Amino acid sequence: MTRTRTFVLIGTVLALLIAGVGSWYASSAPDGLEATAEEQGFGSTARDSAAADSPLADYTASWIGDDRLSGGLAGVIGVLLVLALTSVLVLLVRRRPASDDSVPDDSAPRADARQH
Amino acid sequence: MHVPDGFLDATTSTGTAAVAAAGVALALRGSRHELDERTAPMAGLTAVFVFAVQMMNFPVAFGTSGHLMGGALAAVLVGPWTAVLCLTVVLLVQALVFADGGLTALGTNVTLLGLVAIGVGYGVFRGLRAVLPATRTGLLASAGVGAFLSVPAAALVFVGLFGLGGVADVALGPVTAAMVGVHLLIGLGEAVITVAVLGAVLTVRPDLVRGGRHLLRARELAPRPGLAGATAVDAR
Repeated sequence: MTRTRTFVLIGTVLALLIAGVGSWYASSAPDGLEATAEEQGFGSTARDSAAADSPLADYTASWIGDDRLSGGLAGVIGVLLVLALTSVLVLLVRRRPASDDSVPDDSAPRADARQH
Repeated sequence: MHVPDGFLDATTSTGTAAVAAAGVALALRGSRHELDERTAPMAGLTAVFVFAVQMMNFPVAFGTSGHLMGGALAAVLVGPWTAVLCLTVVLLVQALVFADGGLTALGTNVTLLGLVAIGVGYGVFRGLRAVLPATRTGLLASAGVGAFLSVPAAALVFVGLFGLGGVADVALGPVTAAMVGVHLLIGLGEAVITVAVLGAVLTVRPDLVRGGRHLLRARELAPRPGLAGATAVDAR
């Protein structure tokens, strides 16, 4: 359906704009968990992730000097990566033969989540 | 609420990784039945939209910010199992590429922002959708309440995990109060964004909101009873 393709394309451009331009205007205050951790005295137990040296760590393209450009590019790369990975995953899931073994009910994950 | 490395001990992180892996395995099976010709193209868009909007931290009280978690929104758009896959991809990219959320904490984050937020958000949505009028307003209200509750629910489960395997020796009561308090506020933002996005999609392409297909089905049933059966089957 071409109209669906158009809709998805426009939505993706919107996501690119949000990640590439809008994110500059995001609040840089600590998030709910970070703020709680600091206030309750366990913030210092956080450890740097092994990915902390990634060239895109903290949504910053480390090779670009300009902060605004650097953050925007990081966002755009993230959107494209997420799009590529999700598309491949969807293709793989759809390609598997639908041998109808015990179809999980639509509402099942809520029981699942409550156990934890 | 991306949990960094270090907050939870290795045992707890291993446990949440196992839970996350089991949840994703179930989602891989369940999503096959959701990914029809309309949901499949929406999955990628839903994932990138959640990723992009998660970058938009909005201020809440006391010099604190929050951002969309997106579990409820994704589940209403593409179904709960596909939503788990979308959130897992987002969290994986965030942890590996952007160092947002720890690597050993990846299972914890998939459990909290994926399984718990989607399970609670979509569960509440389905429960309310069943009792509220089958209208656009009823649908948006159900999704909004689901989205709102999904955030403090994930915060509460984090506190539970922290009680089990938190590395720091701090009193759990104040942690609970602080976490739930601030995440109730963030949940309001979650509800506003979820309702706004769903409202926009419902206006342009209501057939692309998987959780709202019953509205279309009811509309199609009335004037064209001959086609109703086929339409209902196609929509599954």
